[in-house]
Amino acid sequence: MEKVLPQRVDGVSAPFFEGASDGVLKIQHCADCGHWQFYPRPFCTACGADDPAWEVTRGRGTVASFSIVRRGLTKAYEAPYAVALIDLAEGPRLMSNIIDCDPENITVGAAVEVAFASWSEAITLPVFRLSTEGGTL
Amino acid sequence: MSLRGATALVGAYDTAVGVVPDRTATELCAEAIRGAVADAGLDLEDVDGLITCNSMAQPILYHAEAMAEYLQMYPHLCMTLPTGGGTTVSALAHAAAAIQAGTAGTVVMVMADSLRSGLTRDQAMRLQSSTGHPDFEQPYGPTVPAYYALIAQAHMATFGTTPEQLARVAVDTRAHAARNETAQMRDLITVDDVLNSRPIADPLRLLECSLVSDGGAAVVLTSAERARDLKQAPVYCLGFGEGHSHEHISQARDLTTSAAAVSGAAAYAMAGVSPSDFAFAQLYDCFTPTVLVELEDLGFCAKGEGGAYLESEGMGPGARLPVNTHGGMLSHCHPGNPGAMFGLTEAIRQLRGDCGERQVENANLGLFHAQGGIMSSHATLVLGREC
Repeated sequence: MEKVLPQRVDGVSAPFFEGASDGVLKIQHCADCGHWQFYPRPFCTACGADDPAWEVTRGRGTVASFSIVRRGLTKAYEAPYAVALIDLAEGPRLMSNIIDCDPENITVGAAVEVAFASWSEAITLPVFRLSTEGGTL
Repeated sequence: MSLRGATALVGAYDTAVGVVPDRTATELCAEAIRGAVADAGLDLEDVDGLITCNSMAQPILYHAEAMAEYLQMYPHLCMTLPTGGGTTVSALAHAAAAIQAGTAGTVVMVMADSLRSGLTRDQAMRLQSSTGHPDFEQPYGPTVPAYYALIAQAHMATFGTTPEQLARVAVDTRAHAARNETAQMRDLITVDDVLNSRPIADPLRLLECSLVSDGGAAVVLTSAERARDLKQAPVYCLGFGEGHSHEHISQARDLTTSAAAVSGAAAYAMAGVSPSDFAFAQLYDCFTPTVLVELEDLGFCAKGEGGAYLESEGMGPGARLPVNTHGGMLSHCHPGNPGAMFGLTEAIRQLRGDCGERQVENANLGLFHAQGGIMSSHATLVLGREC
């Protein structure tokens, strides 16, 4: 059984998914007003400019909240696993998984850094690890 | 022109709830419509508006139209609102506006589903979690409890709310359900029972999650003027409010403050009431943190003090503000989208004084609040015995 795959990886969101395949976390950064934006849209939600530019982020953030899922969504999701909301250093918040750690070690406010994990042959998604340097752990 | 007191709820009906395998969602929906209309002392031909919510177990593309046909009704106002639990009150506000504008006379709002018997457990889980963003949330495997766990965790980290305080929501709700013979779960539970129940999505445990049920309910709304000539004592709609802050939890502007603050303030202003005026409140309780945040945002305690409020005041029978006197979605039933309807029909019965053993004293003014999505869409209704 396969994990749930994103439904639309082309079009306006293509740079996000192409970036993940290349090992970088890219999000939209409006050249007109400087607003960082996630998820992708064909306009800037702050100033209305069309087609905001894409930029590689530092891939660092903090945990805004998290849950350890004890009963997985489907058999493809082996519980326990951590679903978290990550506040990127650049500003936007995104949902992700925190991997490679004892779930008991995750706290709200913990520093995390991006990693990449394969969801299918074609799809790679950004996930996060607890930071080993400069973080709260 | 204000909607205050312009309309009244004059009919209410619940089908059997819990495990009802011998009825399809469509059959439950039809039963609820017929039951509510009969409760009002009306015939189907007296109804010219029908608002439904689609079923997950037996979805129909044009649901309200199909239900009207099923019952051989020919309404002037006919719509399916698919926005989830919060649909309930917002649909009523729009129906009330239609009645006030003269484009509809008497409107039935109905919701029914067979989440328990019409779907497998995995189907129900997968369908409900599809509320997450298809590209940027769902792939990470969040379950519906996990979405609400994110809110609970943030509240605990920000305000120091404890698991014991959150558990009080489940314990007190069960105490109400114990007094309601139609409730699905009626055995009293303790805080320890809640904390020792199976972890589902930390920090939420099994007894902090709402039930999975079959069932349906309907209400009948008409003008206040017409209501005075009907069979039941009218329950007047005194205030409506609606608020929307996001759809997906990762886009919420604030994890611990919801648009209930907006919808509640609007409803109170229209009705000219304040939180201390209510004899009871029926609050959407899909998970324990939902109630915690609603108690704060609807003004029953200050932001961040929901945990302390639950610990000191509680919300069970005899509390200063009894909440979910029928047993809520945590203990009465939760057939998916229809879940909130049972809080509404209970509010109507409380205000009529029809609740027997669980009747709240001096029930003259009641609050009903529903939300949909993941604390996304909120609707508040102030109901009273007098205009």
